[in-house]
Amino acid sequence: MKKLVMIGNGMAGVRTIEEILKLSPDQFEITIFGQEPHPNYNRIKLSNILQGDTSFEEIIINPLDWYKENKIQLFTGEAVTRIDIEAKKVISDQGREVEYDELIIATGSNSFILPIPGADKLGVTGFRDINDCEMMIKSANQYKKAVVIGGGLLGLEAARGLLNLGMKVDVVHLMPSLMERQLDPIASSLLKAELESQGMNFLMEKETVEIIGDERVAGLRFKDGTFARADLVVMAIGIKSNTSVAKDSGIYVNRGIVVNDYMETSAPNVYAVGECAEHREIVYGLVAPLYEQGRILAERICGIEAAPYKGSVTGTQLKVAGVDLYSAGEIFEDGTTKSIMVYNEYEGIYKRVLVRNNRIVGIVLYGDTKDSTRLFRMLSKKEDITGVAIFESQCSAEGGSGDIASMPNDELVCGCNGVTKGAIVEAIKTQGLTTLDQVSHCTNAGRSCGRCKPMVNDILAYTLGDQFDAAAAQKTSICGCTTISREELIAEIKEKGLTSVKEVMNVLEWNNEEGCTKCRPAINYYLGMIHMDEYKDDRDSRLVNEKMHANIQKDGTYSVVPRMYGGVTTAADLKKIAEVAQKYEVPLVKLTGGQRIGLFGVKREDLPSMWKELDMPSGYAYGKTLRTVKTCVGAQFCRYGTQDSMALGIELEKKFERLDTPHKVKMGVSACPRNCSEAGIKDIGFVGIDGGWEIYVAGNGGVDLRAGDLLATVKTEAEVMEMTGAYLQYYRETANYLERTSKWVERVGLEHVKEVLANEEKRKALNERMNQTLKKYIEPWNEAIESENIKEKYYAVHTVKAGE
Amino acid sequence: MILTKTRTLVANYSNLQVKAGYSVKIDDNEIALFKVSNGNVFAIENRSPHPKGGVLTEGLVSGEFVFCPVYDWKISLADGKVQAPDEGKVKTYQVEVEGNNVYIII
Ligand code: SRM
Ligand SMILES: Cc1cc2nc3c(=O)[nH]c(=O)nc-3n(C[C@H](O)[C@H](O)[C@H](O)COP(=O)(O)OP(=O)(O)OC[C@H]3O[C@@H](n4cnc5c(N)ncnc54)[C@H](O)[C@@H]3O)c2cc1C
Ligand code: SF4
Ligand code: FES
Repeated sequence: MKKLVMIGNGMAGVRTIEEILKLSPDQFEITIFGQEPHPNYNRIKLSNILQGDTSFEEIIINPLDWYKENKIQLFTGEAVTRIDIEAKKVISDQGREVEYDELIIATGSNSFILPIPGADKLGVTGFRDINDCEMMIKSANQYKKAVVIGGGLLGLEAARGLLNLGMKVDVVHLMPSLMERQLDPIASSLLKAELESQGMNFLMEKETVEIIGDERVAGLRFKDGTFARADLVVMAIGIKSNTSVAKDSGIYVNRGIVVNDYMETSAPNVYAVGECAEHREIVYGLVAPLYEQGRILAERICGIEAAPYKGSVTGTQLKVAGVDLYSAGEIFEDGTTKSIMVYNEYEGIYKRVLVRNNRIVGIVLYGDTKDSTRLFRMLSKKEDITGVAIFESQCSAEGGSGDIASMPNDELVCGCNGVTKGAIVEAIKTQGLTTLDQVSHCTNAGRSCGRCKPMVNDILAYTLGDQFDAAAAQKTSICGCTTISREELIAEIKEKGLTSVKEVMNVLEWNNEEGCTKCRPAINYYLGMIHMDEYKDDRDSRLVNEKMHANIQKDGTYSVVPRMYGGVTTAADLKKIAEVAQKYEVPLVKLTGGQRIGLFGVKREDLPSMWKELDMPSGYAYGKTLRTVKTCVGAQFCRYGTQDSMALGIELEKKFERLDTPHKVKMGVSACPRNCSEAGIKDIGFVGIDGGWEIYVAGNGGVDLRAGDLLATVKTEAEVMEMTGAYLQYYRETANYLERTSKWVERVGLEHVKEVLANEEKRKALNERMNQTLKKYIEPWNEAIESENIKEKYYAVHTVKAGE
Repeated sequence: MILTKTRTLVANYSNLQVKAGYSVKIDDNEIALFKVSNGNVFAIENRSPHPKGGVLTEGLVSGEFVFCPVYDWKISLADGKVQAPDEGKVKTYQVEVEGNNVYIII
């Protein structure tokens, strides 16, 4: 086998390898060196990580298993320092030497750091890799003020991220308008106004000359003598190709490593691809052209007659929430161009197309970018636009027709990966695809910036017609251990009669034999939900809090929160709590936000005996289950009360306590619309009215504050119980594990839930399954007290002296 | 300096439960002992290398790895290394199993 070596384990390089494997899986023995200690990840999404929308794990494109499956030798955290062109081998910084027959250089680029005094101080960074990103996140925890130098794409995305992290942010820009290379002055000023309203502060036409501070940055000085304070400085003024290895090894380098139309460098059998390469005097900094280069290079290396690479026209978008912007081609009028323009200042929409000789040569869209793919096709294909309506959707922010049927097959849908509508439709038809995930996998569409996903989804819906299942199409695999989605998992459990977590992972061929912290708790939940009362819970597949029946705290101690049904207690219970707290020297006794008492800072080994002495049921303050039912004092005492809220709250809590649910569930019961128990922001809230109860659902008081929606108005407590049982059971059966009711209702639709619950038969069946499930629960604290085995396994600490 | 190593009897092999952490304190060393599915026993320091700390005994065990219960880092029981994308290492201790006796060598 021929030996293929690649320097650089980034987006363009690994894509090239994927293309090579597709064309010719067994032709090469492949070795990859990557300087970063990670597998290939989606650099584009670093902006999303900084903005708090995703996690590092989710942006990994090729997990380590991918390298293994494809028999690729991967050296991470290891840089190649020299290429010996004569001996055809590379040498790494760890002294490793690897010979090659073909060599790809894909070293990307580095952030350009201004060569000014102080640029090496602590707290100054570029924005290029996950390291930079983590450094910024860490800084935001400790410091308040950030300055981003550079009002281009990267700079604005970084600034938005830092705002999300709670910092105050100044953006310094040398020119009078933002993104001046992509936007004309009108679009630029709309953008600036929007970002200012989001909280960014702009320092325009400022040239930074010095970074000041002791060890750490304290501020910046500008050429005009002014000054800005800063605890963190992010330089986002541009990138420079990473060419040092090539240059030092005698390969011809200009701005980048110079390549011909087949990505060949000046050295034999050495190629370059990505941001390190310069083709026809252009170095590209977006993935779309780089992936095109990768495809051509793959054909070349595999010995397939390849069409030459002739360069690319690129389009730009900004990944900042609340900003919809697209630009491609030329921006400025000259004597030979004419503009077609739409400007709706009121709705903040601006579109301009530059035309020369009946052909589009430039596009700027702000506020509504629906036309971008169509216009970009006309631009890149140099279509004659005589008699063509340029802006289909007239000037309004309302979603246009989104008409997939009328979209030509060669229209580009995924700009990053160069995937057309035709290619997507064909893949769906010939390979029987039904989910967005599958389409991405087969065609690459949506695998980079992700902007095209809604349109890919529309194409999927259009192609499948009646067979399209919107909910199922969104499905993704439950974790990295498998490619199976939740729906498939549930179907398989039912079909194959699987009864344990281990069996599921075994039979469904998990690639990680014993699963992980994402899938094991989820499988355990689904099994319990499906098999109702006969399933034996797998305690070791639960995460710490549910396994220990106590909430772990930062120092490894636990909290103990006993039930206090409906927030109602007695003097005797309070006394018991007080005595136990005193005896065990509990560091904190506190009223929780859920109307009960919490004992915090308890040692693990003290848990069982404290529970025993308390002799109260667990309040499950740690579980994916019913937490609390808050009540107001209600008609028993309050002058406005119309219903007995405490009694209903207690009845609900007693009935549904311990029930396993996809995520935690909280309830509130108020006896009148003044709503003193805050029932409007609970998973299920009950509000007493004259002669009945209103039932609100999908409220949330947590991260995404959401007011509940009225599900139904009923007359009696019996109806309340019936409705609640059916609603909760429907949630248990259809929600994804770890999906709270608020998100679930938004996903499946309130109307849909109402429709299901309006059907008496269905309600009855749901309640039957609920009641059967409720039979299996036993009080966990008591169980622990009575079982030596549980006490020894989970709560014992063994102290020995060395040598004994 | 002469380094002496001590062998300490810490547990009864058959009492150790598979996929559950067993916490042992030898003098001042807080140690987490794990028996994994293939029967091997590992001992590591009972402290996550995460900057904010956390214990490991109560973590979820998968193969020869434990997930830190507080911050979900994946840690190798065999060499103590934290798995990518996180970084770090916990101290590992040598374990000897003789008959039904489990020893830790410090
Ligand atoms: C103890 C308590 C705070 C207090 O001192 O009052 C508390 C403590 C914790 N909350 Fe809470 N929450 C407490 C009431 C609330 C409330 C108010 C309420 O229930 O009325 C809310 C907002 C209401 C809601 O959930 O909609 C609340 C929203 C959260 C969230 C965000 C949930 C969301 O969907 O956005 C989390 C994170 C999570 O669950 O993933 C959370 C998580 C946590 C955890 C379990 C974090 C953890 O995993 O360690 C905390 C455990 C601390 C400990 O050491 O035991 N806690 N938490 C309250 C316990 C109530 C009880 O008696 O059971
Ligand atoms: C925050 C951010 C947002 C972005 N947003 C977008 C966007 O919205 N749309 C878009 O199209 N593009 C975007 N980009 C640009 C896109 O990420 C890059 O164009 C793309 O990653 C370039 O791929 P590459 O393989 O050339 O380089 P990289 O992905 O940088 O990969 C190069 C790798 O080589 C390694 N390496 C370097 N030297 C050596 C050596 N000597 N030995 C071993 N390894 C080495 C590096 O460590 C690096 O991991 C964005 C970039 C950033 C940083
Ligand atoms: S909600 Fe109504 S009944 Fe309850 S305390 Fe307030 S006013 Fe009284
Ligand atoms: S357009 Fe970026 S992933 Fe499709």
